[in-house]
Amino acid sequence: MLFSQNKLKGALGNHVILMILALTIILPILILLFNSIKPDEEFGINPLGFPETVRLMNYYDAFMIGNYAKVMMNSLFLVTGTLIVCLSLSSMAAFSLAVLNPNGKATILIGIYLLVGLSIPAQLFILPLFIIWKNLHLNNTFIGLILIYSALNAPFAVFLIRSYMVQLPRELFEAAIVEGASTIQLFTKVALPLSWPVFLTTGLVVSLAVWNEFLFAVTFIHNEDFKPISSILFSFQNMRDENYALISAASIMMAAPLAVLFILFQRNFIAGLTSGGTKG
Amino acid sequence: MTSWLFLAPVLFIHLLVVAVPSLSSLALCFTDWNGFGKINFVGFENFIELFDDRVFKKAVTHNLIWTGLFLTVPIALALLAAFLLTGVRRFQMFYRFVFFFPYILASIVNCLIWKYLFHPIHGLAAFFRDIGWESLATSPLTTKETSLYAVAFVDGWHFWGFLVVIYITAMYQVEESLYEAADIEGASKWQKFRYVTFPSIRPMFLFSFLIIIIWSVPAFDYVYILTSGGPAYSSEVVANFMYFEAFRNMNVGYASAVGALMFVYVFTILGFFWTLRKLGWEI
Repeated sequence: MLFSQNKLKGALGNHVILMILALTIILPILILLFNSIKPDEEFGINPLGFPETVRLMNYYDAFMIGNYAKVMMNSLFLVTGTLIVCLSLSSMAAFSLAVLNPNGKATILIGIYLLVGLSIPAQLFILPLFIIWKNLHLNNTFIGLILIYSALNAPFAVFLIRSYMVQLPRELFEAAIVEGASTIQLFTKVALPLSWPVFLTTGLVVSLAVWNEFLFAVTFIHNEDFKPISSILFSFQNMRDENYALISAASIMMAAPLAVLFILFQRNFIAGLTSGGTKG
Repeated sequence: MTSWLFLAPVLFIHLLVVAVPSLSSLALCFTDWNGFGKINFVGFENFIELFDDRVFKKAVTHNLIWTGLFLTVPIALALLAAFLLTGVRRFQMFYRFVFFFPYILASIVNCLIWKYLFHPIHGLAAFFRDIGWESLATSPLTTKETSLYAVAFVDGWHFWGFLVVIYITAMYQVEESLYEAADIEGASKWQKFRYVTFPSIRPMFLFSFLIIIIWSVPAFDYVYILTSGGPAYSSEVVANFMYFEAFRNMNVGYASAVGALMFVYVFTILGFFWTLRKLGWEI
């Protein structure tokens, strides 16, 4: 009896501290939500609370002024393009490292190269890259940014997919070889279909990275027609510095798709984003 | 041979996007190039100039403060939260969800949340003015003394939940029997943390130390969006300094020198940790 009471008290203390910590995260996000449905006139008298009159039209206004239909499509296009390029190329590399040549010297060398690549600060290469892209006429194009995002996310994707593919039973590949499968068939008919769970995780993490990416988006896209959501939101807040109703509604529109994905696939997101750590 | 064919496409785009520009930068840092025009070799002049640059020195100091802040506050908070989380059953998934949530939000969204709250007229300032606490009704982002800390706070606010998740994963791998033994000995909560939990998660702890040191070097988004390094360079960091030298002033040589120094620093740290590991430290 005494023991269980003690335990209960202990857990209550834990909950109090954890709840305070959680509130430091929930409240600011809640205030953003409130602001997104607050009429602009109300900000002066009600800075943090729930709006007295709910104005959903903020979303419509932000959507129209920011031309969000187009902007969302731009971001979606970048995400889809990067997913296609990055995942297909990375899975080929992962297949090569995991199945074709799992213990070769080249594998170790490539592994080190990609690890080094992951640790290089973007500031070292962003300026020469900008100049190269300018000369290749890849600035201000989707394909230019997709190539950059694919390259930047490739090391992570290769490691994650490889770590899954090395666990596939070798007998499956041997059996397929006996039946006369070519290397390409080993890849498309055996390795890929069996590895789909890792593609979900990798795909989610890559989508998140691309959708949220800021530095390369503001640097490489200056044409308003091609700007993705992160850099539009940045110029949006510079243009209408004081209209927090519209800025908040625009922010929610950027965050909402990811929030939904995160709720649906929390486990995959966390596993993917912390994979460097848990294998560290 | 076919194994190389499967590797080639990824290697090609990675070489094109990362390796070639990185190597060019390491070469261009010894020149005075401005993006077009002639390229002149100037030896170490850019570096000599950098070490004399008041703003650059300020930025380096700020980066060191930044690293120090991130190595203490988020780590301490995350250790506390993760340890407390292992002691609760109910709502555990809820807390984990909440703590991790800001980590998946875009830097621009997180910045806009806090730009409003830290606004000199709106947000918390308006709230404090309403309840009569005039002294608190200022913006930490536009005050010279606090701007760097305010920016670091916003970045830390979004980041620390990541640490909670990696720590709690490690904590759940600790043998239950160790805690039972500690219970029998009558260990307090703190003693259990100090003598059971912490030693067991040490490898993960050191890993988080390493990534914080490395990730602090290119810290850019939060500074650029929230203060752009101001007011009066009070929140300037190296990445932001480099960005303005590169894309405002087109000082290719000078900016490359900054990039090269960041690169050397990161790989010195990595080399240091790698050496410790080779020497048999458990990292």
